[in-house]
Amino acid sequence: MSGADNVVWLGTPAFPEAARTALADRRLRANLRRATGTIRDKRLAATAELDDWEELRETAAALKRRTLRHLDQHLLRLEETVTAAGGTVHWASNAAEANAIVTRLVQATGESEVVKVKSMATQEIGLNEALAEAGVRAYETDLAELIVQLGGDRPSHILVPAIHRSRSEIREIFQRQMGKWGRPAPEGLTDDPRDLAEAARLHLREKFLRAKVAVSGANFAVADTGTVMVVESEGNGRMCLTLPQTLITVMGIEKVLPSFADLDVFLQLLPRSSTGERMNPYTSLWTGVTDGDGPQDFHLVLLDNGRTATLTDEVGRQALSCILCSACLNVCPVYERTGGHAYGSVYPGPIGAVLTPQLVGVENAASLPFASTLCGACYDACPVKIDIPEVLVHLRAKAVEAKRRDRLLPTSEALAMKAAGAVLSSPRLLAALERLAASGARLVARDGRIGVLPGPFARWSGTRDTPAPAREPLRAWWRRTRGEGRTTTEGTGR
Amino acid sequence: MRIALFITCFNDMMFPRTGQAVTELLERLGHTVEFPQGQTCCGQMHFNTGYRPETLPMVRRFAAVFAGYDAVVAPSGSCAGMVRDHHRVVAAQYGDAALAEAVEQVVPTVYELSELLVDVLGVTDVGACFPHRVTYHPTCHSLRMLRVGDRPLRLLRAVKGIDLVELPAVESCCGFGGTFALKNADVSNAMLADKMRHVQETGAEFLCAGDNSCLTHIGGGLSRLRTGVATLHLAEILASTEGDGR
Repeated sequence: MSGADNVVWLGTPAFPEAARTALADRRLRANLRRATGTIRDKRLAATAELDDWEELRETAAALKRRTLRHLDQHLLRLEETVTAAGGTVHWASNAAEANAIVTRLVQATGESEVVKVKSMATQEIGLNEALAEAGVRAYETDLAELIVQLGGDRPSHILVPAIHRSRSEIREIFQRQMGKWGRPAPEGLTDDPRDLAEAARLHLREKFLRAKVAVSGANFAVADTGTVMVVESEGNGRMCLTLPQTLITVMGIEKVLPSFADLDVFLQLLPRSSTGERMNPYTSLWTGVTDGDGPQDFHLVLLDNGRTATLTDEVGRQALSCILCSACLNVCPVYERTGGHAYGSVYPGPIGAVLTPQLVGVENAASLPFASTLCGACYDACPVKIDIPEVLVHLRAKAVEAKRRDRLLPTSEALAMKAAGAVLSSPRLLAALERLAASGARLVARDGRIGVLPGPFARWSGTRDTPAPAREPLRAWWRRTRGEGRTTTEGTGR
Repeated sequence: MRIALFITCFNDMMFPRTGQAVTELLERLGHTVEFPQGQTCCGQMHFNTGYRPETLPMVRRFAAVFAGYDAVVAPSGSCAGMVRDHHRVVAAQYGDAALAEAVEQVVPTVYELSELLVDVLGVTDVGACFPHRVTYHPTCHSLRMLRVGDRPLRLLRAVKGIDLVELPAVESCCGFGGTFALKNADVSNAMLADKMRHVQETGAEFLCAGDNSCLTHIGGGLSRLRTGVATLHLAEILASTEGDGR
């Protein structure tokens, strides 16, 4: 039992199958290509401005590493400082516990609706659905999250959850759905971005002014001071964080930083990596409660949900350094083509492919570590230097191990790999295979090219010709033209 | 300098011409090339697909077979990267202290072809002649694992008669990814389609790279579509001389 039941969307097929559906959607691919391309260029320009970018990355990676190593101490210190500042800290070991805590806190206020700041942690635990079951309506107020919520959709990107939607689709969603959730879209709404933003503003303003309870996530929390921080672009988060009486923040335990000065590093890295801006427009910090100013009741829910288990993996734990900037999604050639839904999780893209299997157990998301060509673009883009390819191949090994453990009979892939391993470990067997392949190819090749291959290789040969194996492999050519090479190593040539 | 050629299993079987080109090129530059017949595979396919214990015999064999050379050259960025980045991991996880030590000894002597030429042998003009329009695809592992940078381009720019044109979206992955091309065939194809479009936009006769595996993927697609664009390993262009009549 992983305790992270809501990280993965039930019923989503394995990645290759989900990707096939996504690839067939031409409009989706066009939306993604345009959007990721734009953010990619902005990020490159913004990061190139800083001479010490690489040092910042190193520093951030080291800070995160050190913090995670003593996570228990920093969390206890955070509990102390938040409590001293008038807040209340709650500990949730899994999604169900966190949802129960938040539901209880909302019910205690007597309210039946909450406004929400964009938050990955609350999506991870499926909070909106849990609140709905308890008769509490949660309104997303981030523009993109609003689009997703009104569209009855799922987020497909960490930072830009409606990246898969075009302006005309958004207009259509607003016209059709806004009335059902509150103030309807204005008559004659166009797909001009200003018009769409104005429609969202009018729709949301009503909610901000009425709300008594807000729920947020957190980008960072400072152990030494008890300060919690949210960075955003729209100011809608600021509305939620300041107007209501009660504020409930759900935060993954990995978000804690030891001291206020650490924010210096991350506030340079995060906006440049995520939106390609020098600074995000709104940075809200609060420390407990302040008389007569902002929420008078503040609750911080610290969420584990698979994180402690992830921390025990020496290679995999670096994924917890993630600051959710989504730079890796924007540079990923796989994400660019499939979008986020194919990953079947609130955490899509390269970081999702290493985070999700760890939070839910690799056997429950076994196709995700393989959803990458290992091209390494994600590692280069990562502001905290998470070596995503390293974690991917590490998790692939764990996925294969899990299959070995759980199955009575080996998979056909495992048998093939075992056979290939034997051949590729022996020069004698390899030479024999080369001779066999060369004579086999003579039967099927046309002009030195093979058109159709059997079995699983048909997936390869459907779109590609394959050159015929050489009649004379290099080792045979060498032996014929130059003799044995280096005789001293022949002893190891079984 | 006594240089051992690690041809890689894939090149051995499919592209012996690449190995012959490396040999000709290095001999032309005045070096001795040896081919240890005990060599097999770096273990990359197994390692990257999650079959780590199976890679141990290959790692062991590599360290034994290639011990004691001044340099070991591999005409493959991803195989050289496998040795450099992952053989230590396998030795530590599944091997013994002796293997770990042997791996430590051999790893620093292993170079991808452009690294050997530029960094170790100190040449960029290798005296090649190749009067054709060529575009170069930097494979992901040579670019982001080995960090060969512009070394291959410096070598190509010095080739006599070459018309070197830049590939659009040059640093994008071609979509091969080893077993990825089978496990995620549809995504692989989508990436391949974009790479082929960019190759065709250059009007090149030849697509060149330092890895025949990526070239088999891209070239296989180019061949199926009858584009007329051929693929060629970097070594084969660098080995070409005026007398070749290419």
